Amino acid sequence: MNNSKIRVGVDIGGTFTDVALQHPSGLSTCKVLTNYSQPEQAILDGIVKAAEQAGVALGDIGQVIHGTTLVTNSLIERRGARTAFITTEGFRDVVEMRSENRFEQYDLNLNLPKPLVPRQDRFTLNERMGPDGEVLLALDLSEVNAMVDRIKAGGFEAVAIGLIHAYANDAHEVAMGEALRKAMPDLSISLSSVISPQMRELPRFNTVIANAYVQPQVADYLGRLVVRLRDTRVTAPVFMLHSGGGLISIETAAEQPVRLLESGPAGGAIFAADFARAHGLDKVLSFDMGGTTAKICLIEDGAPKTANTFEVARTYRFKKGSGMTVSTPVVEMVEIGAGGGSIASVDSMGRLQVGPRSAASEPGPACYGRGGTEPTVTDANLLLGRLDPDNFAGGAIPLHTAESEKAATKLNLSAGDAAFGITELVDENMANAARVHTVENGRDIEHFTMIAFGGGAPLHACRQCEKLGIKALIIPPGAGVGSAIGFLKAPFSFEATRGLFQRLDDFDAGAVNAALIEMEAEARAFVDEGAKGAETEIRLTAQMRYSGQGWEIPVVLPHKQFEDSDVSLILKAFEGAYRTLFGRIIDGLAVEITNWLLIVSTVLPDAEPVVIHNSGTDAEVARTREFFDAALRKSVEAREVQRTSMAPGKAVEGPAIIVESETSTVVTSGYRAVGQGDGSLLLLAKEA
Amino acid sequence: MSASDIDHQIMWNRLIAVVEEQATTLIRTAFSTSVREAGDLSAGLFDREGRMIAQAVTGTPGHVNAMAESVTHFTAQIGPQNTFDGDVFITNDPWLGTGHLHDITVVTPVFRKGAHIGYFACTAHVVDIGGRGFGPDGNEVFEEGLLIPITKFAERGQVQPLLIEMIRANVRTPDQTVGDMYSLAACNEAGDRRLQAMMDEFDIDDLQSLSDFVIETSRKATLEAIAKVPSGTYHETMQVDGYDAPVHMEVTLSVDGDQLLADFAGTSGMSRFGVNCPEVYTRAYACYALKCAIAPEVPNNTGSLEPFRITAPEGSILAAKRPAPVSVRHVMGHLVPDVVLGALHKALPDTVPAEGASALWNIQISARASDPESGLPNREVLMFNSGGTGARPAFDGLSATAFPSGVSTMSVEATEHVGPITVWRKDLREGSGGAGALRGGLGQTIEIEPREGYDFYFNAMFDRVDNPARGRNGGLAGGSGAVELSDGSKLRAKGRQLVKNGQRLRLSLPGGGGYGAPEQRDRDAVADDLAAGFISTEQAKQDYGFEG
Repeated sequence: MNNSKIRVGVDIGGTFTDVALQHPSGLSTCKVLTNYSQPEQAILDGIVKAAEQAGVALGDIGQVIHGTTLVTNSLIERRGARTAFITTEGFRDVVEMRSENRFEQYDLNLNLPKPLVPRQDRFTLNERMGPDGEVLLALDLSEVNAMVDRIKAGGFEAVAIGLIHAYANDAHEVAMGEALRKAMPDLSISLSSVISPQMRELPRFNTVIANAYVQPQVADYLGRLVVRLRDTRVTAPVFMLHSGGGLISIETAAEQPVRLLESGPAGGAIFAADFARAHGLDKVLSFDMGGTTAKICLIEDGAPKTANTFEVARTYRFKKGSGMTVSTPVVEMVEIGAGGGSIASVDSMGRLQVGPRSAASEPGPACYGRGGTEPTVTDANLLLGRLDPDNFAGGAIPLHTAESEKAATKLNLSAGDAAFGITELVDENMANAARVHTVENGRDIEHFTMIAFGGGAPLHACRQCEKLGIKALIIPPGAGVGSAIGFLKAPFSFEATRGLFQRLDDFDAGAVNAALIEMEAEARAFVDEGAKGAETEIRLTAQMRYSGQGWEIPVVLPHKQFEDSDVSLILKAFEGAYRTLFGRIIDGLAVEITNWLLIVSTVLPDAEPVVIHNSGTDAEVARTREFFDAALRKSVEAREVQRTSMAPGKAVEGPAIIVESETSTVVTSGYRAVGQGDGSLLLLAKEA
Repeated sequence: MSASDIDHQIMWNRLIAVVEEQATTLIRTAFSTSVREAGDLSAGLFDREGRMIAQAVTGTPGHVNAMAESVTHFTAQIGPQNTFDGDVFITNDPWLGTGHLHDITVVTPVFRKGAHIGYFACTAHVVDIGGRGFGPDGNEVFEEGLLIPITKFAERGQVQPLLIEMIRANVRTPDQTVGDMYSLAACNEAGDRRLQAMMDEFDIDDLQSLSDFVIETSRKATLEAIAKVPSGTYHETMQVDGYDAPVHMEVTLSVDGDQLLADFAGTSGMSRFGVNCPEVYTRAYACYALKCAIAPEVPNNTGSLEPFRITAPEGSILAAKRPAPVSVRHVMGHLVPDVVLGALHKALPDTVPAEGASALWNIQISARASDPESGLPNREVLMFNSGGTGARPAFDGLSATAFPSGVSTMSVEATEHVGPITVWRKDLREGSGGAGALRGGLGQTIEIEPREGYDFYFNAMFDRVDNPARGRNGGLAGGSGAVELSDGSKLRAKGRQLVKNGQRLRLSLPGGGGYGAPEQRDRDAVADDLAAGFISTEQAKQDYGFEG
């Protein structure tokens, strides 16, 4: 490896491709427009630009770290490979029947998303494993051969194989996969026992199908990327950020692209986690607000909260249940349809509603003057004086207040009332989502610190904190390219999973230890591809529940050689976790383990601690201007301060607006802002 | 709209978030499978007069206005002079709560600065309430378990010890049943905390003006929506299988301007078995159906529910009299929307779906050792399964999807870890969607066999075996349900039956009815159905006149 001190993070988003280049003398960042037909071109352009800014030779770059929404987009837009699905006879329709419920209770015209693989391309084998991996019906070789012929004749580009209980015994999946590979060496083949070996057929089948569906394209794209980078003299190895917030090799990513679904947003959470560690905060809520959505993530003890399943490609915007549940390690985020472009309207009861419809970047909010006529959150912020029409995006986009006013009057309210109503409702929606998420995790939101980034967050974060009772808020620098910076802070990590169902009363330590050894070897092999010899740590989680319950909770356990007598240790850990989530335990019920998760991760260097300034001397006030303070329900005279004037130890009392070219930070009357050593702003409630 | 209206709207949004949080707290702490998996619960906020201001959207329409009504019973029986800070009220009276003993309703008065300003209420299905256990076999409600009249669970913060002892002594799962009562009380407390925080933020000490705003805005929107339904009298009848005898359901829908009344006069009398619905439960499902079709976007509260007036003759199966057995009232209740929507269809053509499978095919399996000497433990397995929904005027029906219930199914792999059964098949039932211009949703086929060493009993409560879901506007009926062994020998659709080791139970769940004449179906859609195997070549030819 060449000079590994110089690393570059690249995040391909829907509109922009962000680049962050870390070099011995600092950080150089830039944004270029995403190139849909050739995404790798935007990466090259961005890297070249950032390297020029930093004065770094392309050949000196030691590592390229990449994350992208392209995989998710390919699922949403259904642009994947022609895929066949092979499953157990009797289970052809698992992915079509879904959970058999409706995600919208009152809509008679509800439609469910269609499966990625249509029914005629879903084939079955007469075979069956039992829940403990015993063979109930053996696989017939002649059927395997007939299936090979069928796939061949069908002209498929990819095949997903998902058999019942394959997490417990993969023999039939492997046999089918090998027969296909032998007959068609170039065919893309994904096995559920490899991609997601966990109990529950629906998420496992969804996951293996999604993987197969995007695999040929992603492999092709990543291959092109490496070649193009090399042609541009960037010879550094390329690593990908996976949805769980760690790095994997490009080869693994090409094999298991389903692990990349949330890689961009995960970068944002890691970005926030890095600040949480530097500021010594163990309870953080990250809040990322862009043009169309807001994302919320819990960060505890410096690590973003992760989950084992999530829903991708929601068809009713952001409605829980309207997407496809996949089981793959993921940084857990709540996403709601609230952003600067969210459109306000009036419903049949005359009530104001905001989002989830968005004016996006084209035509954009009415104030852009590009033909948008509907009132958006950005228009409301402009009307309330929170945005400066002459200094938006560093003056690059002049804002037209008259257009905002015109749009706002469509709501049958005065422009001022409309603007207040829009911002207050969008803040309310986001705050409610954050509150529900913390409740679901058994946490008390008042004890959290918020870290806010993304173009829209600094405008709204302080009001969110007022609503949530949060006393401290951090606005980091470089928030516009947070994900790309986050990529540079990620460890190498891989999570191996195993479905291994056991009741604690007949806990079999031998079986668990054997599985853990396998899982560790599997995960370590992936980590070694990028960080051989680096110091690593292992995190072990068992998914557990009371017998009879429908869903498990994650229970962190020590990584060790288990003995049968460790049942009491495991039970204690389960009860601790259960109590945290639900406030109590249940005596007398049997306890079960369903799945095991083992993460091997490189150890992150300790974050450089930041000297915290809780107060400071007055920052230079550029001028005063009026903005509407929602909590006080009135306009207030606010100090306007340049972000560059907020040096460490400089402070301004709210009401204030701190302006920079990318965004503005609103400091409400109840808060004060203090500049910090790392360039971030710390907003503190005055009465705290 | 004015600026103060905006504040009211923001508070309204917050109240909905508050009751959702209240419901989330309950879902996460309840023991009962049907609460966790099926969302069989409800949660809401009421004003001082017992009018519901906000209700969480949960999986069970059966609680839609059942809970809304129940709080008024509490206010009437306990009275304001006996309502104290720290009180928690409780009942599971089927006629005053939500229709059967398994549903516990807990009501907590809300106080602010010493004044009583409203109530939080919630309902959840508990694991066990004593008696015969959950099933239709009781002939009187007394056999179905312990009835807790409206009383105080706690007074001024002190839980009544005698009540707890009585409950613990009368149920099979004392820890879980009593634990759930504490969960219900705790979820109201969670709601109370959030409400108080909101009232601090908005600097108000009373809910009355907000309650008036929410209820009157909703009432106005609902009345306006009803007024769009052409005035007139619309009648519909429907026969369903029932438990021991076929049940005739009949409804007359009278619309006069913005007034609407659904009257179930003419409906069959009560059953000897526990499939009877207290009227409150009938009202809940009838109202749910009407609301879906007429005013789906208006949030649930007293203002949006009251305009739907619903009545059934006392002593009918849809308004059972005490002491009728009512344990599994959901089977009939789930079918109520079909007959109500049938009547509404005559007023509003091209709005409502055709009939569907509607009643869930829940199956409770009791696995028992084939050889009692073998020492193999008993195991209980519960599965929720759904047939097809009726085709809609613009869309096909949904295959294997619950309606009107909001239940989810469980993973087969998880189920096979719970009990010694093998589910050999759980897939779409080809050809079961009623033919039509829009096709009914398909039912599903399920095959279950006891594992080695076991037989199993199952309790059948399946409808639409003799009376399939009818189509509309020339659409054909969906496929009838069937209960049999895999060798084709017939089993009964009702009652407890044995499946011996080596036998396989096969359930064929009904499909939804079609909408519009099959010949009108888009030819590409027929070709697609044929390619996917949703219909057979013969059906394509016979039902759709499709030659390929």
